Amino acid sequence: MEKSLFLAQRITAMILAPLAIIHLGLTLFAVQGGLTATEILNRTQGNIGWALFYSLFVVCAAIHAPIGLRHVINEWTVMPRRWVNALVIMLGGVLLLLGLQAVAAVY
Amino acid sequence: MAALAHRLSGVLLALFLPFHFLLLGSALEGADELDRYLRFADSPLVKIAEWGLVSLLCIHLLLGIRVLCLELTHWPHRSEKLRSWILPSVIASMLVGLLFLVRAF
Amino acid sequence: MSPTDTANELLKVRIWRGREQGRLVDYEIETRKNQTVLDVVTEIQHRLEPTLAYRFACRVGVCGSCAMTVNGRPRWACRTHIKNVVTDNTLTIEPLRNLPKLKDLVCDMAPFIETWQKAGAPFSGTATRHDKPAAVKPDSAMRLAADAALQCINCAVCYSACDVVNWNPDYIGPAGLNRAWTLINDVRHSKRELTFELAFGTGGCGSCHSHGNCTRHCPVELRPSESIAGLKRAAFSGLPEE
Repeated sequence: MEKSLFLAQRITAMILAPLAIIHLGLTLFAVQGGLTATEILNRTQGNIGWALFYSLFVVCAAIHAPIGLRHVINEWTVMPRRWVNALVIMLGGVLLLLGLQAVAAVY
Repeated sequence: MAALAHRLSGVLLALFLPFHFLLLGSALEGADELDRYLRFADSPLVKIAEWGLVSLLCIHLLLGIRVLCLELTHWPHRSEKLRSWILPSVIASMLVGLLFLVRAF
Repeated sequence: MSPTDTANELLKVRIWRGREQGRLVDYEIETRKNQTVLDVVTEIQHRLEPTLAYRFACRVGVCGSCAMTVNGRPRWACRTHIKNVVTDNTLTIEPLRNLPKLKDLVCDMAPFIETWQKAGAPFSGTATRHDKPAAVKPDSAMRLAADAALQCINCAVCYSACDVVNWNPDYIGPAGLNRAWTLINDVRHSKRELTFELAFGTGGCGSCHSHGNCTRHCPVELRPSESIAGLKRAAFSGLPEE
């Protein structure tokens, strides 16, 4: 189990790295003079490329973040392991759900 | 210190992501709703917060690359060499954050 | 300790007395040439505090018994010259971190030794005494990997230096995982898969954050973080092969 979690976190990290670089670049480019909804939607609506890009981003982040937080909570708090697992699985679910919803919303 | 920065930026990012998604998800209710949020996002305080998040993502990314190199590559003496990766990572993240601020205002 | 060997300057030494509950007690001894931390502790026990408890055996950096916390860092007392560690003419000497304190500078080493078993330490051979010794090529990749990680003296300095051990009571720690890595690279070991599973189990190498404190503090200059990185790479690439 621990090995699978380790692999999952590192593999998603390797996928997230280039995605995050592109996302950061896009953010810096797009933020020029403030954001408007139309601007965002013009870029993303009907564009399957961005939809896939951000879906992958969301899925990876929803795997990557809970595994990381699980380590942090286990190491820095005395919360029982079972609760921690439940909590981070919930977090993963929330991230996945909200994230994909957001991708769908701007598509 | 680098590990601590990597960890804290990771935790903060994980906590922030749901709100980031909520904001974008509000586009479901139409561009107006999203615009209303984005106007809220125009206030300086929120801009400062976003600046923090851009910097956080950047630092977590750069220090994460360091961890991947430490663990999964075979370069000799990489732990010593990668120490000189830390400070530039911090500076680069601040610069990216600064660039974001300059462009956002 | 001839009279010419002594200098006038006094060294302030603060030593942990007691068990988990205890306090630092101040002593003063003369500074000498070529004085090690173990010399200091021994002199205090001989001259000032006969009830002071500490461990040592070989005095020359072979046995791994005398590790203690010196000015906040885990070190082998016998090979640590005080001139390299003294600050403000003061030495603060405490028992190792991350282990139960028994008395003064003596820790219970059992939890540390147990981590070796947890990481799948027992060697399990396939050959009998009637077989010829296995031929291990000295220049094979596996032998070189194991070579780099052998010679641990079980001093628990890495275990004491490790943040993750401090945070996570289940964590095997650098020494146990380092040992597992040598076994995984031993062609004579018949349970390499099992050792790998244990080393990657609960509290295994997935918990390591590559802070590198083990490698920075190891008195015999082993690189446990390198061994752990080897285990992590094996999760991607499979067990090392000859």
